[in-house]
Amino acid sequence: MSVPSAMPVIERGTATSRIAAIAVALIIALLAIAPQFLSAGAVDRMTALFIYVILAAMWNALAGFGGLVSVGQQVFFGLGAYFAIRLADAGLNPFASLFVSGIVVGAVSWPLSLFMLRLKNGEFAIGMWVIAALTHLLVNLDRLVQGETGTSLISLNVYDAGTRRATIYWLALASMTALLAILFGLLRGSTGAAIRAIRDNEDAAASVGVRVTGTKRLLFVLAAFGIGIAGALWLATSITFQPKTYFNVQWTAYMIFMVLVGGIGTFEGAILGALVFFLIETWFGGTGVWYLVGLGATAVLFSLFLPRGLWGTVDERFGLRLLPVGYRVRLPANPESQGDDGAAPSPQTTRHQEKA
Amino acid sequence: MSNQIVQGILLGGYYAIIACGLSFMFSVMRIINLAHGSLAVFSAYMLWWLASRFHVPPFLGLLIVLPLMAAIGWALQRFLLERSARGGALLPILTTFGLAVVIDNMLFEQFGADTRSLAPFIGSLSYDSWEWPGSIYVGKLAVMMFMTAMVLLGGLQLFLTRTRLGRSIRATSEDPDTAGLVGVDARRANAIAASIAMVTVGIAGAFLGMRATFDPYAGTPQLLFAFEAAVIGGAGSLWGTLIGGIVLALAQTLGAQVHPQGFLIGGHAVFLIVLFVRLSTSGLGLRGLLSLRFGKAS
Repeated sequence: MSVPSAMPVIERGTATSRIAAIAVALIIALLAIAPQFLSAGAVDRMTALFIYVILAAMWNALAGFGGLVSVGQQVFFGLGAYFAIRLADAGLNPFASLFVSGIVVGAVSWPLSLFMLRLKNGEFAIGMWVIAALTHLLVNLDRLVQGETGTSLISLNVYDAGTRRATIYWLALASMTALLAILFGLLRGSTGAAIRAIRDNEDAAASVGVRVTGTKRLLFVLAAFGIGIAGALWLATSITFQPKTYFNVQWTAYMIFMVLVGGIGTFEGAILGALVFFLIETWFGGTGVWYLVGLGATAVLFSLFLPRGLWGTVDERFGLRLLPVGYRVRLPANPESQGDDGAAPSPQTTRHQEKA
Repeated sequence: MSNQIVQGILLGGYYAIIACGLSFMFSVMRIINLAHGSLAVFSAYMLWWLASRFHVPPFLGLLIVLPLMAAIGWALQRFLLERSARGGALLPILTTFGLAVVIDNMLFEQFGADTRSLAPFIGSLSYDSWEWPGSIYVGKLAVMMFMTAMVLLGGLQLFLTRTRLGRSIRATSEDPDTAGLVGVDARRANAIAASIAMVTVGIAGAFLGMRATFDPYAGTPQLLFAFEAAVIGGAGSLWGTLIGGIVLALAQTLGAQVHPQGFLIGGHAVFLIVLFVRLSTSGLGLRGLLSLRFGKAS
């Protein structure tokens, strides 16, 4: 680069991250053609994995980047499924209704955010839980749902099983890719800088003109939209809608597990956490209650002993950033240069300890 | 109608008991313990186990369970909350939530999905009642819960204002560093506060088991009731908790008159309405509202 040697160089990517970007493109391309080669069961499992990645990434956006730990995110998961049923019942194409449902959930979350975002920490966490409990009860009142008996997305039955499976797979893959891309774009843009400022010190951020409430609201609505889509997709894979299942707090427990294990507040961590959760579920899901005890205990242990999660710890040791969302400032003339959120450390860079 | 109001007020006593431990921990340690409800259910199971296995009557069983709960509170603070609170405000939420998942599922593993009750072990107390003027029948157990709530809340208030230990707990909650400068052991004060909170949780669990049935996953509703009562009543004193419990119980009782599902809806709705009014009229936010100033009499 033709920058005078005294000027700091601001880097946004590294050799590793450029290779990673190509790898990501290749993986997505491979995943897109995978249904041609995979068995029906494997396609279903992969669809579930994509939904887990969405859930983890969205919860991480809210908690890891926005500092908003919610224990009521199942409300959006349940509403995503509920609105999909409602829209399909009103005559909308069932596949289209999955996407429109996400938009409706995002729209509902906007007025909710005006109210809920005034709560802090634990109050916000349980306040959202109350919202989820109340919404569950109200959805039960809908005659179409018939209380806990639930209902089904019957209109999907016009498609044959193969088409349905592949379509849902591609929709899940496309939703996951799009949501991750939106999040990545947000975090790399000016919103990302605002988010990091808020995370480090909310009052200080506000004093230098960061729109704290607006930024949090953006994350809240994005998370609601994404989780709503995930709920709608889950409905499409399982067809039946039982309020008790969809508004179950276990969905939030899964999100917390994935993000804590993967690494809260790191873009890659949420994806890694979803993958870990997926593998654990595949291997131990059959053990029932002990599996849930194990998930809870693992979450406790991670929060106590490895609060930065797997990826956060790897990043701390090796400075590995495959998908860097931050900036690295390098002063070529000065070996004691500073950087933040950078990528691979070199002898010339030191990095701030990042707060999770 | 007056019957429902009387029953609602008495039920409010139970909510005040379960809420006081939650708001006590919040006001001292600034931690909302998401395992609060699960620990109450745990205590109910312990009493049930002692009664059904060893024929220990629940009131006698409390002599075993309450010290156990105090020990759990101590350990909880020392090994979990203290450590996770160092990682910021968000980590204790995640830790206690994980703990709740573990407790609920361990209870399920141990005791199965059957609903249990302590009612069979307390003789006629579970259904005895007095007749009040206007042919209103009030349960002896309900009156007992209400009296317990008054004694518990009043006792806590006296403890915090009149004793040296209470004052050191208050000092720690105000400013641990400064309290440390004047010789208060903040770690000890917090651990004692957690023990006291867990004793109240143990009592709440006992009443939960006596007045109704419970199952391994009954902790979540108890947590929500406790939180709602604390927030509704959070007017700045311990007695606010009692008022919050009563308002919550009345809303539920009246909601149940309207619709079969109205019991829970009524409670959640009044919680949100109170929250909305508070947030829109004062800039206080919930933090100021929920931090019951235990030391100050209203």
